[in-house]
Amino acid sequence: MFSKKQTSEWVRKSFAYLFLSIGALMMAIPFLWMVSTSLKPAGSEFEFPPQWIPTNFDWSNYSFVLLESDIVQGFFNTLLVILLPCLVGLFTSALAAYAFGRMQFPAKNLLFTLLLATMMIPGVVTMIPTFILFKNIGWIDSWLPLIVPGMFGAAAAVFLLRQFFMTIPKELEDAAKVDGMNPFQTFIRIILPLSKPALITQGLLGFLAGYNDYLGPLIYINTPEKFTLQLVLASFQGFYTSQWTYIMAGSVLALIPTLLLFFFSQKYFVEGITLTGMKG
Amino acid sequence: MKHKEYMWAYLFVAAPILGFMLFAFIPISYSVYVSFTDYSGYKAPVLNGGDNYVRLINDELFWKTLLNTFYAALGIPIGMALALGFATALNQKIRGIRFFRTIFFLPTISSIIALTLLWKWIFNDTYGLLNYLLQYIGIQGPAWLSSETWAMPAMIIQGVWGGLGINIVLYLAALQGVPSSFYEAAEIDGGNRWDKFRHITIPCISPTTLFVLITSIIGALQDYPRFQIMTEGGPNYSTTTIVYYLFQNAFRYMEMGFASAMAWILGFIILAITVLNFYLSKRWVHYE
Repeated sequence: MFSKKQTSEWVRKSFAYLFLSIGALMMAIPFLWMVSTSLKPAGSEFEFPPQWIPTNFDWSNYSFVLLESDIVQGFFNTLLVILLPCLVGLFTSALAAYAFGRMQFPAKNLLFTLLLATMMIPGVVTMIPTFILFKNIGWIDSWLPLIVPGMFGAAAAVFLLRQFFMTIPKELEDAAKVDGMNPFQTFIRIILPLSKPALITQGLLGFLAGYNDYLGPLIYINTPEKFTLQLVLASFQGFYTSQWTYIMAGSVLALIPTLLLFFFSQKYFVEGITLTGMKG
Repeated sequence: MKHKEYMWAYLFVAAPILGFMLFAFIPISYSVYVSFTDYSGYKAPVLNGGDNYVRLINDELFWKTLLNTFYAALGIPIGMALALGFATALNQKIRGIRFFRTIFFLPTISSIIALTLLWKWIFNDTYGLLNYLLQYIGIQGPAWLSSETWAMPAMIIQGVWGGLGINIVLYLAALQGVPSSFYEAAEIDGGNRWDKFRHITIPCISPTTLFVLITSIIGALQDYPRFQIMTEGGPNYSTTTIVYYLFQNAFRYMEMGFASAMAWILGFIILAITVLNFYLSKRWVHYE
C-alpha cells in the first residue's frame, strides 16, 4: 500500500501534468492551425466547420509563396543585413567587455555606467532623432541604418560578456604577458577561445533579434526590392487580403529558420535568457 | 608601461562608447530640442516653445491613447501569474521538462509578424479558430477585432500567449535556485504547501518577479508591431496606444516635433514607473 505522503506526491504530480498539458495544448494549437491552414487548397480555409487535417495536403500555397512573392529575396536581404552587425558587433562588444572586465584604466566605471545607461533609455526616445540623423546623411531607403549602428556593439552584450570574462582565471593572462603578448594578442589567443559558449549565446540572441526585427526595416526601407523578410511577410496582408492559406504558408516559411536554429542550440538560448534575468 | 595598457583599454572600449555617443547621447539631446520645435522633417525645425506639450495636454486622443496603453498593460499581471503557475508545475520533478519548456518557448523565438498574422486569422469572427472552439462550449464568440469592446482583450490574449515562454524560463530558473533546506525547515515547523509557497517561494523568487515586472512594463509600453498588424489602432481608436499614436504622427504625418514631445512624455512615464517599482521593491523584494 502507498503511504499518505506517496499518495499526496502522486496527486500533486498529476495536477502538474494536467495543468501543463492544458497549457501546452493552448500553446501548440495556434501553431498547428497555422500549418493546417497553410496546407489547404486556396479558398477552402473558409469551409465551416473547418477541417483540422486537410484530406489532401496541398503544397501549392508554399510553391506559390516561394515563387510568386518576394519572400526568398527577403530572406537573403535579411541575411545580408544582419551578417555584419552580428559578427562585427559581437567582436566589438567582446573587446570592450574584456577591457571593462579585466583591465584597469582611468574613468572605467564612468564609461561603463554610461554604456549601461543606453540599456535603460526607451527605444522610442532615440527613434525619431536617429531617423532624422540618417535622413540628413541620405541613408533612408538603404540598409545602412540597419547595419552600421549594430557594428559598434551592444550594451547588453558588453554587460553579459563582461560577467563571463570575469570568471576566467587571472593566471592565464599573466602567463600570456610573460610570453610577451600584448593585450590584443591575449584577447584573441587566450580569452576568445575560452569564451566560445558565451560568444555563441550572444551571437544567437543577436541573430534572432536581427532576423525578427520589424521596426528598423519598417522605418528605413521603402523600396520593395530591399525589404527584409519581416517586411515582405507584413506586406502579405495587403497583397493577399484574406487569402489566409498564402499568408499562413508565408508565416510558416518565416518561422522555419529560427525554429531549426532553436532546436539545435536550445541550451544556449535558455542559458542566455536565464543569465539576462539573473542580473536583475 | 601603465600608459600603454591604458591605451589598449581605451582602444578596446572605443567602438561601443563611440556608438553610445552617435546613436544615443547625441540623438537624445537633439530630441529634447526637436520636441520644442515645429518640424516636418522637410523644412528646418522652428522653435515654438512648449506648444507641442500644450497641444498634447489638450489633445483628447492623446489621453485616450494613454488610457489604452495602460489597459493593454493589464496583460502583464495575468501573464506573470500564469508563468509562475506553469513554472511551479514544471518544478515538480516531472518528466518531459524539456518538451514542455520548448513548447512554451516557441513564440519567444518566432517572428512577431508571423504570430500576429496567425492570431489575426484565429480571431477572424466567422472562420476563425477561436470562435469555432468557443461554439463547442456553447458560446457565440464576439467579432473580436472589429469590435471596440473586444479588440483590446484580443490584443491582451495574444500578448499573454506570446510572452509566457520567456517568463516561465526565468521563473523556473529562480524556483530551482530556492535552497531545499528552506522547505525542509518549514516542514519541521509544520507548514503546509500553501505556507511554503507563500512564505518561502514567493520571497525567494521576488528579485525575478521584479525583473520580469520591469522589463514587461518597458516592453508593453513600447509595443508597436502587434498593433500595427492586428488592429491598426482601431476600431475607432480603441487599440491606439501612445506608441501607435506616436508612430502615426512621426512617420505618417511627419510631425516630428509633436511626436518627439510624445516620445519624451512616454519616456518619462516609463522612467517614473521603473523608479517607482525599484522604490516599492524595497518592501517586497528580498535579496539573499
